[in-house]
Amino acid sequence: MEQKVFTISAFTENSIGLLNRITSMFTRRHLNIESLNTSESESPGIYRFTIVVKTTEEQVQKLVLQIEKQVEVLKAVYHVDEETVFQEIALYKVSTKSVADGNLVEKLIRDNNARILSMEQEFMIIEKTGHKAETQELLDFLRPYGVIEFVRSGRISVIKPMEESEDLRKRITNF
Amino acid sequence: MEAVLTKPVKETVKTTGADAVLRVLVEEQTEFIFGYPGGAIMPVYDALYHYQDKIHHVLNRHEQGCIHAAQGYARATGRVGVVMATSGPGATNLITGIADAMIDSTPLVCITGQVGSHLLGSDAFQETDIISISMPVTKWNFQVTRAEELPAALARAFYIARSGRPGPVLIDITKDAQFGDLDFLYKKCQEIRSYKPVPKLDPNQVKKAADLINEAQRPFVLFGQGVILGKAEKEFKAFVEKTGIPSAWTLLGLSALPTDHPLNVGMLGMHGNYGPNKLTNECDVLIAIGMRFDDRVTGNLASYAKQARVIHLDIDPAEINKNVKVDVPVLGDCKESLTELTNQVRMNSHAKWLELFRKHDALEQETVIQDEIKPATGDMKMGEVIEEINKTTKGDAILVTDVGQHQMMACRYTQFNQSKSNITSGGLGTMGFCLPAALGAKLGAPERDVIAVIGDGGFQMTIQELGTIFQTKAAVKIVILNNSFLGMVRQWQQLFFDKRYSSTELENPDFVEIAQGYGIKGQSISERSALPEAIETMMKHDGSYLLEVHVGKEDNVFPMVPSGASVSDIRLS
Ligand SMILES: Cc1ncc(C[n+]2csc(CCOP(=O)(O)OP(=O)(O)O)c2C)c(N)n1
Repeated sequence: MEQKVFTISAFTENSIGLLNRITSMFTRRHLNIESLNTSESESPGIYRFTIVVKTTEEQVQKLVLQIEKQVEVLKAVYHVDEETVFQEIALYKVSTKSVADGNLVEKLIRDNNARILSMEQEFMIIEKTGHKAETQELLDFLRPYGVIEFVRSGRISVIKPMEESEDLRKRITNF
Repeated sequence: MEAVLTKPVKETVKTTGADAVLRVLVEEQTEFIFGYPGGAIMPVYDALYHYQDKIHHVLNRHEQGCIHAAQGYARATGRVGVVMATSGPGATNLITGIADAMIDSTPLVCITGQVGSHLLGSDAFQETDIISISMPVTKWNFQVTRAEELPAALARAFYIARSGRPGPVLIDITKDAQFGDLDFLYKKCQEIRSYKPVPKLDPNQVKKAADLINEAQRPFVLFGQGVILGKAEKEFKAFVEKTGIPSAWTLLGLSALPTDHPLNVGMLGMHGNYGPNKLTNECDVLIAIGMRFDDRVTGNLASYAKQARVIHLDIDPAEINKNVKVDVPVLGDCKESLTELTNQVRMNSHAKWLELFRKHDALEQETVIQDEIKPATGDMKMGEVIEEINKTTKGDAILVTDVGQHQMMACRYTQFNQSKSNITSGGLGTMGFCLPAALGAKLGAPERDVIAVIGDGGFQMTIQELGTIFQTKAAVKIVILNNSFLGMVRQWQQLFFDKRYSSTELENPDFVEIAQGYGIKGQSISERSALPEAIETMMKHDGSYLLEVHVGKEDNVFPMVPSGASVSDIRLS
């Protein structure tokens, strides 16, 4: 079966060790987690895990059932990229001098839709949000000028179909 | 005024965390704690001193013994087994049994002591991160660092362990939480918002299943431990009797339906019966009830029941389509789903189809079974020992087995009249399970005969539990089927590794003398003629007894579905 990128969204209680419990579902199946994010959801006290994994649909179906089976997980679902809107954020620390010398500021902001978060004499911090390919593109663009630090967040994603979002919300908040 | 109108509220009691643990155990009607003390759990043991009239503490000789004993207790009684151990090595010694209980869905509450919360993460003496270590093999676990968290955490533990698909739960309690004070008030846990233990039965699915069953020409039922865990033996029997469908069991489903029931066609899987394996690939509708299509049952999935429409009744949504693609899943508690299903199916009989099972059975009888249970000459056989046991128990005993050839033989040949009578380590196949599990079963069901059938290898994995049997005076009957080999591994070496017997031969001690050291009577036999009397002596003996039977060294268990082969390629020799 064909491998694809899937985004798993799991809605959970906020308890110590749950991250461990969820990631062990992947470990025992020898699956690599591409990215993972957790934050409080729209419902107070309920947390949302966003986990990106590359595998087959059959595997991800089973995985989601196993995650949902955990006592402190309220609901788990999976989607392909087309069904969600997703973003990642990246931060780049570069030398102020080389950016200035290269006359890059305008290009950065205009062409790349990037922001300058902080500027010091020695270095500046650029921020860009987008899909991985886009933040990667900027990284590649900046590399010749010297990237001192680079970090990219895990994917965060929301579900497109209104009905499904509403249904999920109902399931998570109605007990 | 209001107080008169409302129910009297139980008063809170000021007490310590350690005492609260025992109060909860009393509230949860715990009869036995299988435990072993040590530094980090000492406050609870000190509190236990005052509860000796309410709760029996069984002092096993190793924490692995504690947990298997609790499993045996839980499996024999259908209740939650309770285990207690100290931090560090005490807790890690439980892991094998926790994993075993997890894969075999056995309800346990394990309570471990932990170093003081100010020491967590400091590599303190006997500190291990038992929460992380046990996470993948527990249904739920939780660390308590404050006394006031204890009642709610333990209430949840019992609820989670026993509800839905049961399983082991671990509560780790720091020493300061045991010493700490709290206002104790116990409220049993009834629900947890993120946890839905029993899926709601969908009537449409029941209808679809009933339609499929009503149209089936060659339907076949596979039943597992779900029937026992769901306390649905009666409903299950009513279902098969109304539909007249031949039914076969998994290792853990054994004893859910009496073995001599006319519709009980035998055992599934690697060393199961010939008919059930062969005919899995000839049925038109496969009805799986409370079983999980383990690979030891299915053999090669690519050629497993491909011709059949599959109905799967289970309480755990994650089991549906896990190994076998299902046409009609019926999620829910099988006590309820079977009742509904029975209402909707037609009265039927499948005489011709059943006859086919009989024909396969006749062939197996002729080529395998009769030689195994009634051999005239040669070394003693495992099957004949079991057959002799049947003669005295008449199917009423609890049979506990370890792992290996003797396990397969015992499960193949033991008669069972009542449920919860076959206790064995199925999913994990844990050698060393039997002796402590038999002890736990006997303590839980003192009115029943409990027979532990063990290999000479596995017996020595938890042999120290003879000490616990001695001290508790539990009248466990121990039968060692001694072939001087790690028999099952030797069988594979013979069949698949050209008889290279790499490290499987055992030089054994005098088991009878060892038992004697523990005050347990026993004898060892090698002659067929001595067998009937030896079994009778053992069963009549007042108290525990050890019978060692020397059996053929290189006997094999057949039939066999070789690893990776199709169920229809089952070999008779
Ligand atoms: C803890 C553990 N270690 C290893 C094994 C692998 N194993 C399965 S059966 C078996 C042989 C068991 O020998 P014995 O207890 O003498 O029983 P027999 O097969 O001879 O009846 C072994 C080593 C196991 N199941 N469990």
